[in-house]
Amino acid sequence: MILNMGPQHPSTHGVLRVILEIDGENVVRIMPDIGYLHTGIEKTCEAKFYQQVVPLTDRIDYLCPLTNNLCYVLAVEKLLGLEIPPKAQWMRVLLNELTRINSHLVWLGTHAMDIGALTVFLYCFREREDILRLFEAVSGQRMMTSYFRIGGLALEPPLGFFEQTRKFADRFPGKVDEYENLLTGNPIWMMRTKGVAKITAEDAIALGASGPTLRGSGVDFDLRRDIPYSGYENFKFKVPVSREGDVFARYMCRVQELRESIAIVQQALDGMPEGPIKADAPKIVLPDREKMKTQMEALIYHFKIITEGFAVPEGEVYQAVESPRGEMGYYVVSDGTPKPYRVHMRAACLANMQTLPKMCEGRLLADVIAAIGSIDIVLGEIDR
Amino acid sequence: MPLTPAVTDLQQLKTHPAIAKLLAWNSAAVEGAKFDRDETTIYIERSWLREACVLLRDDPGCPFNFLSDVTCVDWFPSEPRFEVVYQLLSIPKKERVRLKVRLEGTAPAIDTVTSVWPAANYFEREVFDLFGIRFTGHPYLRRLLMPEDWEGYPLRKDYPVEGYR
Repeated sequence: MILNMGPQHPSTHGVLRVILEIDGENVVRIMPDIGYLHTGIEKTCEAKFYQQVVPLTDRIDYLCPLTNNLCYVLAVEKLLGLEIPPKAQWMRVLLNELTRINSHLVWLGTHAMDIGALTVFLYCFREREDILRLFEAVSGQRMMTSYFRIGGLALEPPLGFFEQTRKFADRFPGKVDEYENLLTGNPIWMMRTKGVAKITAEDAIALGASGPTLRGSGVDFDLRRDIPYSGYENFKFKVPVSREGDVFARYMCRVQELRESIAIVQQALDGMPEGPIKADAPKIVLPDREKMKTQMEALIYHFKIITEGFAVPEGEVYQAVESPRGEMGYYVVSDGTPKPYRVHMRAACLANMQTLPKMCEGRLLADVIAAIGSIDIVLGEIDR
Repeated sequence: MPLTPAVTDLQQLKTHPAIAKLLAWNSAAVEGAKFDRDETTIYIERSWLREACVLLRDDPGCPFNFLSDVTCVDWFPSEPRFEVVYQLLSIPKKERVRLKVRLEGTAPAIDTVTSVWPAANYFEREVFDLFGIRFTGHPYLRRLLMPEDWEGYPLRKDYPVEGYR
């Protein structure tokens, strides 16, 4: 029997359509059908200036918007050859890790809710409220922040931001203990997730899986530690790896990552350097608002950057960062004009989703839900 | 990091391990190479692509076992019009390399690499969907993001940003 797990379904985490060929309760074949959220962002980027692409990047993987910003901004800064001041780099790491916690909280809440543990959802969203309030303090927006700009940050962090973040960082590890209390030793959770949707390390690498989907199968690879960017080499953190490759292994990886991320946030708060938040490049970075109102050169630079953009030297760059889902990459091609010639986003979930047939074929229908949740898909990233 | 000019001379770059390996195997396969902004790009001749990929994947010194991305750039109106770009990553050695194949504009077709890295499945489908490049030997070459009955290839440069509808 062919069953359609249609684009409108509470457990597909977005508009994913999965065509299942089932025999009783067993899945014989599984085929994902995507494209319901395709908005042509890559085509739109070719019609905008480099700085105008930054708000578009927020909306690609809408659960970790700052990570998308970071990846695009790092790619363009590599094309330009800009030096970013240390305070901007540390703020980027701090906010990137808060975004990782944010995204993992949504994953944990929705994944647990699919399997039946409804309480965890509200607990996770309670912490998510605190983080969204921090984002609103620093950039004015809860989700689509566009806070990282080409050359540094958009604005200085407000007074009181670091104290608020420190209070959050102090109470968060206790909350992770709460979630683990509810799930990790729970017999129902273990029966639903242990041994379910296994994938071996060779299959995961061959199918292009990355992030916790790869680390859950025993491959010790994390872009933050192995090919560091934006100052990550200054931070000490462990990379959690599990051996079994099933849903429980990926769950443990992500829960440990919650703990490691909050430790990185603490390190960033302790060692935050002083200094400017934007690079020293007047033709590329917008000048300080007060200077723009009083000095003629700053006004001219501001006008030219907004209306004409800045020309980026010819070339191409592939920059990858470790998003909560895996390797997110931006391939930016420049032809010397102020508009990018081609921007391509390598979505982590598009490759991770290719592991679904290997994980689900031959298993029960209920395991498909657990598998989709454990890969942590976001359709905005897959479809663009 | 201030920019240094790109190195495009194959003679200067032939000491890079991946390039040296490819040149030692078949120097006709390598059309050129570039080292720019700390990234290596190798231009591969179209008919040798699949075997070059197998060689790079199975190289014991630096196995490029992870295919990060397959994408395409449209250089309309200059010929060769399309450039199919493969981003490779070696997980053990933490090295990246980029392969590029140039294709002409009329009926562009190239061998699939799904037999080398199964990860290429969805990436190649997307390139077919948005650029119209056929991948010979692909197990299921259908449109991925656009509806099945869509006409035209949206990411080509002669397709308007606003679309036709």
